Formats: sequence, C-alpha cells, structure tokens
Amino acid sequence: MNDSMIIGQYVPGQSLVHRMDPRMKMTIIFFFVIVVFFANSFGSYGLLTLFAFVSVAITRIPLSFILKGLKPVWFLILFTFLLHVFFTRQGDVLFEIFSFPVYEEAIEQGVKISLRFFLLILLTSLLTLTTTPISITDAIESMFHPLKKVKFPVHELALMMSISLRFIPTLMQETEKISKAQASRGVDFRSGPIKERVKAIVPLLVPLFVSAFKRAEDLAMAMEARGYQGGEGRTKLRELTLTKEDIAALVLFVVVMVGVFILRT
Amino acid sequence: MQISFKNVSYIYQPKTPFEYKALQDLSFTIPSGSFVAVIGHTGSGKSTLLQHLNGLLAPTHGEVEIGDYKIQADEKNKQLKSLREQVGVVFQYPEHQLFEETVYKDIAFGPTNFGVEKDEIDDRVERTIDSVGLSSDMLERSPFDLSGGQMRRVAIAGVLAMEPSVLVLDEPTAGLDPRGQREMMDMFYQLHRDQQLTTVLVTHSMEDALAYADYVLVMDQGQLYMEGEPLEVFHQKEALNDVGLDVPEIIEFITKFEQKFDTSMQYTNQPLSQFAEQLKNKLKGGHHDE
Ligand SMILES: Nc1ncnc2c1ncn2[C@@H]1O[C@H](COP(=O)(O)OP(=O)(O)O)[C@@H](O)[C@H]1O
Ligand SMILES: [Mg+2]
Repeated sequence: MNDSMIIGQYVPGQSLVHRMDPRMKMTIIFFFVIVVFFANSFGSYGLLTLFAFVSVAITRIPLSFILKGLKPVWFLILFTFLLHVFFTRQGDVLFEIFSFPVYEEAIEQGVKISLRFFLLILLTSLLTLTTTPISITDAIESMFHPLKKVKFPVHELALMMSISLRFIPTLMQETEKISKAQASRGVDFRSGPIKERVKAIVPLLVPLFVSAFKRAEDLAMAMEARGYQGGEGRTKLRELTLTKEDIAALVLFVVVMVGVFILRT
Repeated sequence: MQISFKNVSYIYQPKTPFEYKALQDLSFTIPSGSFVAVIGHTGSGKSTLLQHLNGLLAPTHGEVEIGDYKIQADEKNKQLKSLREQVGVVFQYPEHQLFEETVYKDIAFGPTNFGVEKDEIDDRVERTIDSVGLSSDMLERSPFDLSGGQMRRVAIAGVLAMEPSVLVLDEPTAGLDPRGQREMMDMFYQLHRDQQLTTVLVTHSMEDALAYADYVLVMDQGQLYMEGEPLEVFHQKEALNDVGLDVPEIIEFITKFEQKFDTSMQYTNQPLSQFAEQLKNKLKGGHHDE
C-alpha cells in the first residue's frame, strides 16, 4: 500500500465528526465548497480557515498525518500559487525575480486562490477520513432517494458503489501479495528499462483478473443463495438518523457561513 | 545458507495512525541445512518474518543475514536478485501466482527471469514436475484447467525450478485434504534431505512441526516467545496454551499416560509402530495387579 496517499482512506475513531450523520457531513461540505468561492477578504478567509482547522482538531486525527497524506496535492497548490504570482499584473511591483516583476496583487491573489484550494481539499478529505465508505454510500442512497420517482436506479447504483468500495482494499492486498510472489520469482517491478517493466505487469494482472472474476462469481452466488432480489422492500441494518449533535453542527456551520458573508468586502 | 536475525524489528506504515509493530527485537540463528518450523497464532508475525528472508521487506531496525547477504534498514540492497534466486519462497495459496498459458511456461518463469540457459530450463522443468508428483503430460496444459491441488503443485514446481538453497514455506498445505497434506509435506522433506536445503516452514500443524523440524521457533505478538528442539518445546504445554497453541496429540497422550501410570516413556520421534511396541512392553512388563 502507498503510505503517503490518504485520499479515500478511513481512520477509525469515536470523535464527534466520526459520529455525525454522513448526510449532514456531506451537506455541510457541499455548502462549504460553495461558500469558499464567496470569500474575498482577510476576515472571511480567516473564518473559513478557522472552521476547517477546528473541524480537523475535533476528529483527533493528527494534522501532520493529514498534511503528509495530501502530498500529491501540494504540488498542485504550489503550481496554482506560482501561476497567479507570475501572471497577475496589478498593484505595485514588490520585487523582481530574474528581472520578472512580481506585483503586490499577484502575491495576494496567489495566496487567496491556493488557500481556497487547500481548504476545499482539507475539508473534503476530512469526509473520507472520518466516514466509512459504506456510510457514504448509505448517505448517497438516502439523499438521492427522491430520484426513484423518475425510475433512476438509485439502489442499484448505491449497491454497485458499495461493492466496489468494499473490494478496493481487498484488491490492493491481493496486488501486494501477487507482486511479492512474482518478485520472489525474479520479476523486477522497480528498475530496468521501461519495456521490461511493462512486461512485468502481465504476471501481476493475469492473477488479479482471475481472482477478481472468481470473487465476483462467489459474491453473486452468495447473494442469490441468500435471496437477494434488489432494493424493493429491503430494510437497513443501520438506519441513518439525525441527532442533536448533527443539528448543533449544522447551526454552528450556518453561523460561520453568515459570518463569512458579513466579513466579505 | 545460514540465516541469522539480529535484533530485528519491523513496523508497518510507520508514523501514521495505522502504525503497527509486527516484529519486535527478534534474534535467532538458523544453521545451514536445518529444517526449522515457525509456529504461532494468526497475526503473530510469521509471514512478516518470512518476507525478510528474501528481501521483500527490510527490517525497520536491526539486521538480517542470509549466507553472505546482509539486509539492513535504510540500505539499498544491490544483490537482491541473486538473493532471491537462492531463497525460494512458497507463499500461502501459491496457486494464485500462476499466470502463464501452459504449465511448462509457468514453471520456467522463475529460472528464465534469473537468466538460466534454455536447455537447463528444460531439464529443470522435467525434474521439478516429477518431484512434485505430476506427470510431464501436463506440461502443455493450461494451469487454469487443473484441479486446486494440481495447481498448487505446479506453483511449487515453479519455485523449485529456481533451484534455491533455502526453501521458505508459508503454510504450504493449507486447504488441502489430509492425504494431500501428508504427501506434500513428505515431498518437501525429501527435497530438504536430497538437496541439503535449509528449510523454513510456517505451519499451524503441530504434528508437522514435530515430525519434520529439527528446531522450532514460537512467535507471539511479534516476539520470539520460545525456541528449541521440537520435543523440548512441545513439553511445555501450559506455556504454549497461553499463546493459543496446542501440543501434538501424541505428546499429549504420552504426558497423560505417564501421569496415569506413573512411569516415563522414551519418546524421540520414533515411528508410531515402534512406539506402540514400546508401550506394549511397558504395559506387559510393568507391575499391574492382574
Ligand atoms: N501490509 C500490511 N500493512 C499493515 N499491517 C500488516 C500488513 N501485513 C500484516 N500486517 C499486520 O501485521 C501482523 C502480523 O501479520 P503476519 O505476519 O501476516 O502474521 P501471521 O502470518 O503470523 O498470521 C498482523 O496483525 C497484520 O494485521
Ligand atoms: Mg501468515
């Protein structure tokens, strides 16, 4: 497994954020994403940043772990920043890099846009870090339920999604196991000419496909044996319920959002 | 080749909330040519230990020595390939690693990767398919058309064809029927004998550990809990029970027998028929009140 990649990874915990109704988390994040684009002043950005970091603190997941896990995204953020720094030409010239003028506005724009980007990613990754994939699917199914009226296959899609999510870790483990077995038989996945490395994928992919098909077959058989026949009349083991905590979180969020609009200039 | 672990620790996903200490300060030596069984409860770190033997994992702390090879933390090992040629690893459910169109190609895969000559490969394929107890008629068939047991044998042949001097086996008989299990263990033992291999076997079968090993390592929670010769280890029933392990039935029987009849039996892993004879003499010659 790739240690430095945390997007999509769930970190078990008991915090308030972990316990929240996934629908509430998704709603809050959805509106947060929108409101972030309205922020334009020091105060409004500050408030949003504060909200994001307090949320992180509540989860009790070490910030350093999250930041390290966002490594692949840092590059994008930096790139966005530089793009703005070099291509915005307003305000006074602050200094020059290799005779390339850097404007005051440019720095400000750069910081704002990359901060916006950072906040978006931080908060959305908080969703997957504190919510099991199954809860996310449940939430989606529940929120899209009204679409059933127009014959949209909500249940089937949710089921497909949860099965896929369920098998991602299994497939990753399997990949690791098989690549170790083939490495023991002298396959070198890490070095050598590109052509050789591409060839090295075959002994990995064939067993993976074989086992994935086998698993799919077994699962289909097991579902049939237990009388699965679609979503009609099916009840849930874990009902989603909104609690007082969820309402409190929502109220707090609304207050912050109102604050952002007041602090806008 | 002699294998030695010096204060080896291994941590999975260090410095994350998922950090897990799978091995803690392991030290032991396996002399060249010996047959060592590694036993321990599920999750005790046996498979993690095995993966250090051919450099799939490098210790987080400490050092592993296999023959002349040294594997240390934070050190790029250049001769990994030749180490892997010398140390053949049969993983759990090795049949999952099959991928070629024919049995022949799959067995030849390892030796080909290590640059063995074509003629030599032909020889080895013939020899290994025979030693795993399959007929050479199968060589042109697809491995995916075989039965589970046959697939397992083909996969094992693929490892043996590398002609390793250390053979590492991770629960090689899991999921086979009792007879298949015995045949397979006998096969490994014979190879061990005939080719003077150093064999490391992870097993859940205390019977196998007693029957085949000269030395037993007992793992518990990533630590070396106990080590010694099989008879020595298996006489410590309580200590083994504490870490979720049983003792072989025969040892249990002898212990009970000795208590009941207040006597002592010489058991040194002799064949059962011989031991039965010994028992008979003891019961006949002993002082009982008939
Ligand atoms: N790739 C991995 N990432 C994280 N933890 C792992 C990984 N592989 C094994 N572990 C953990 O290390 C411990 C020892 O595993 P393992 O060596 O497979 O035990 P055994 O073979 O004795 O059953 C287990 O608790 C397992 O969950
Ligand atoms: Mg294991």
